[in-house]
Amino acid sequence: MIAAEHALIVLALVLGLAGGYLLARRRLRGRRSERPQEIHQILLPFTDAAISRRAVDAALRLARAEGATLMPAYLAAVSKRLPLECPIPAEAAQAMPLLEAIEQRAAAQGVAVDARIERGRSYRHALERLLERERFDRVVVPAGENGHGLSGEDLIWLLRNVPAEVLILRPGPEDTKTVGDRNPYPTRVPART
Amino acid sequence: MSPGRYKIFLGMAAGVGKTYRMLQEGQAEAAAGRDVVVGYLEPHERAETSAQAAGLEMVPRRRVAIRGVEVEEMDLDGVLARAPELALIDELAHANPLGLRYRKRYEDIDEVLGTGIDVFSTVNVQHLESLNDQVAELTGTRVRETIPDAVLGRADEVVLVDLTPEALLDRLRAGKVYPGETAEAALNNFFTVENLLALREVALRQVAQEVEAKRLTVEPQLGTREERVAAEAPRAVGERLLALVRPQPSSQRLVRRAWRSAQRLGADLDLLWVKPPNEPIAGELERHVTALRHLASVLGANFLIEENDSLVAGVARVVRERGSTYIMVGESRPRRGFARLREPLPQRLIKATPPGVDVRIVAHREAKP
Repeated sequence: MIAAEHALIVLALVLGLAGGYLLARRRLRGRRSERPQEIHQILLPFTDAAISRRAVDAALRLARAEGATLMPAYLAAVSKRLPLECPIPAEAAQAMPLLEAIEQRAAAQGVAVDARIERGRSYRHALERLLERERFDRVVVPAGENGHGLSGEDLIWLLRNVPAEVLILRPGPEDTKTVGDRNPYPTRVPART
Repeated sequence: MSPGRYKIFLGMAAGVGKTYRMLQEGQAEAAAGRDVVVGYLEPHERAETSAQAAGLEMVPRRRVAIRGVEVEEMDLDGVLARAPELALIDELAHANPLGLRYRKRYEDIDEVLGTGIDVFSTVNVQHLESLNDQVAELTGTRVRETIPDAVLGRADEVVLVDLTPEALLDRLRAGKVYPGETAEAALNNFFTVENLLALREVALRQVAQEVEAKRLTVEPQLGTREERVAAEAPRAVGERLLALVRPQPSSQRLVRRAWRSAQRLGADLDLLWVKPPNEPIAGELERHVTALRHLASVLGANFLIEENDSLVAGVARVVRERGSTYIMVGESRPRRGFARLREPLPQRLIKATPPGVDVRIVAHREAKP
């Protein structure tokens, strides 16, 4: 009888402690989620159907080291014949595999990703529009080659106008992932946009 | 008395043949024995248009003095007194001068319709209020005579009068739209291939949206499952995907998956966030909502926010309203405690939505423990 009473007391103690622990943990979690989060983002802008792997890796390394969110941003130039805010399915189909690939690599390294596709009349205009909406601590950008990607002038503009650290990487042909040759996401709408 | 039927002939620009087509259909109605009058016609000195109006009774215009100058306007009382079965009233976006009963002609038309008279009318797409800014940006020309989009929504029929930009430019050069010098000025300014291509696309999209909105306005059906399936069959014109999202970066993967599926199926895509009522959209949440809205716009999808305490009830309501055939949801987090006793979300969705709506789960990117 005494043993049974002791067992009941021990059980009640254990349950009380476990309950208290769970309650405290929940409150702590709630307080953490209420705390305003500091925006800490690294922008990785790119164009066309390719991106420098070294740029992706560099951005991921920085993001992991700083606990930052990586924001890969596909920049699309919309023809002046079309409204700026029109859908761009052909460009989106080009951007998707790259964003997926970046997200995959980031997930493997435990880096948070918040991707964007931004439209503009030119790549620079798209960048400008993105900068109006988002804040960045760093920008990692692969320099363009042979008329592809951001031009030298765009990079100078970036250095002058972006209130963040800018890291410009020289791309090499060996470290470029090209997906344009075989697009796995054929679009329903022809690439008129 | 039931209101008259309203038919609007919509065009991308002047000269595509809206008035001509309206008169053509008016003549056909008259030939079929209906009492048709021309309430107001703006022939713009176009011989073909004037010829098409021949034989139709015209309600005499009303003369109105504006700052000492007399202008001719539609005589609303004249049309109402004549009480035909069908009135043809050109240019519904026209702004009336002071002294008339209404400020806008579409308001005159509303009164005519209210007396049970059918009306055919015309308008160009740049006059629609919601498209005014877009058209101004595209063409560099802003029109001042605008009409609320609801006017188009109230029409029983909207007929797009379409013409290729090249054909319209040929008509302009031939002097069929404007006389000599005016035509040349128009060709040098507003009437460029680029402007017309963009306006044509805007007009086509507008009519497509009107058609879609009308197709989806269906009363909810009651009855057995078989009866409901049969009743909903006509709506199943095509697939329509609904992706359930939350304003957070991890939803982007679900959106991408949903968009790819929509592309493969040739389906339209809606993104839905069921927002708890009274939850303010501010700070980080606002940033993520803007990002989702932006992504939807890039992909040509619709971003919808439904306020509802119950996720399942909110989704079910939107599924019925939009005629969705597929629902895509993200993988649920592992359930703990009493939540394990609850039925999983996909099952609850299947029960709450109309029969035949599929539910697909998209896995998370993170590695499983």
